[in-house]
Amino acid sequence: MSSHTSFWKRCKTWFHRWGSPAWFYRTSGLIIPWLWAGFFLLAIPGLIWGLSIAPPDYLQGDSYRIIFIHVPSAWQSMLIFAVMAILALIGMVWRIRVAETLAMCCAPIGAAFTIVTLATGSLWGKPTWGTFWQWDGRMTSELVLLFLYLGVIGLQQAIEEPRKAARAAGLLALVGVVNLPIIHYSVEWWTTLHQGTTISFFGESSIDASMLWPLLIMAIAAKFYFGAALLTRTRNTLLLQDREKNWVRETVQGEKS
Amino acid sequence: MTPTRKRRLTIALFILIGAGSATSLLLYALSDNLLYFQSPSDVAVNDIPEGKRFRLGGLVQPGSVNRDPDSLAVSFVVTDGQENITVTFEGILPDLFREGQGVIANGSMLASGQFAAREVLAKHDENYMPPEIADALERAGHPTSGGTN
Repeated sequence: MSSHTSFWKRCKTWFHRWGSPAWFYRTSGLIIPWLWAGFFLLAIPGLIWGLSIAPPDYLQGDSYRIIFIHVPSAWQSMLIFAVMAILALIGMVWRIRVAETLAMCCAPIGAAFTIVTLATGSLWGKPTWGTFWQWDGRMTSELVLLFLYLGVIGLQQAIEEPRKAARAAGLLALVGVVNLPIIHYSVEWWTTLHQGTTISFFGESSIDASMLWPLLIMAIAAKFYFGAALLTRTRNTLLLQDREKNWVRETVQGEKS
Repeated sequence: MTPTRKRRLTIALFILIGAGSATSLLLYALSDNLLYFQSPSDVAVNDIPEGKRFRLGGLVQPGSVNRDPDSLAVSFVVTDGQENITVTFEGILPDLFREGQGVIANGSMLASGQFAAREVLAKHDENYMPPEIADALERAGHPTSGGTN
């Protein structure tokens, strides 16, 4: 029994350590190279597999290959918003500065993935559907996601004090979560130009296995990229916020010598 | 959890529930207007006035495509399995347009009961497969093209 409680205590202490900017800076510095390595090791073979080895589609030919960028970034754009909202909620309830900073650093990365999703979708739409853009449920709700990200970034920039800014923008992130089920179910609730869901994690996917594997590899690569980008961004933000503090002085001196 | 944190968590949850229910009510109220296209059966039921612009979606009935040899004019029948509407169009059709394929036509009804399209978009379904598998399915009697869902 005593070993059981001490295990939980150790877990709790380990978790609490992440709340310290100095610990966060050091530990994330150790993790980031591995995340970049994971990203390159997955993205390069995934891209080669998807763009040249996977077979062409029976209907769309080679133009469907943009799916290997479009779908992983679409998933990522939604996942990052959920992560941002959870971190904002933790920051809001427990007032942990590292969580608030992490949440704010999610927004530009998520916005970038949303822009990639919209741009690749548009480039895919022209040769297949015959149009770059239509105001259907899926496309409109994904565009709203971009505006929500921009709103979070803008709100945070508009308030000078970083902690107040993170709390206000975090609230928008929390409210914005309602858009995520709308994006996902838009193709089921309404008639749309965008086709229905292809990949199902609990049933059969309607994509051939030879095309599914590179897609999944690219999706995991996107997660590694997000992890590396988020930690790097947060690390730099913390360093800037704490530039007057002792741990930064000590870290900088340690890195110099 | 301290009482302050509990209170903050409750407020956050109320915000989430509030925003969620407001959005659901809004979407529920607007649900008819959020449809991107109407099927031929919808058109039959809703009696859309002549000249009002809307989008008609369905499958191109095999064997119904008539191309005018001298111009870009084309006519075809859009079906959803129950109702059929003849669509007339003058212009360039998307590459994926073919018999049995899902299409969305933007235009309005004519007095004759035909649909005059100003724009025709192809809709593809969520199935992706190599050509050999599509051929094998075709041979086994499962047509692969189309898909309006």
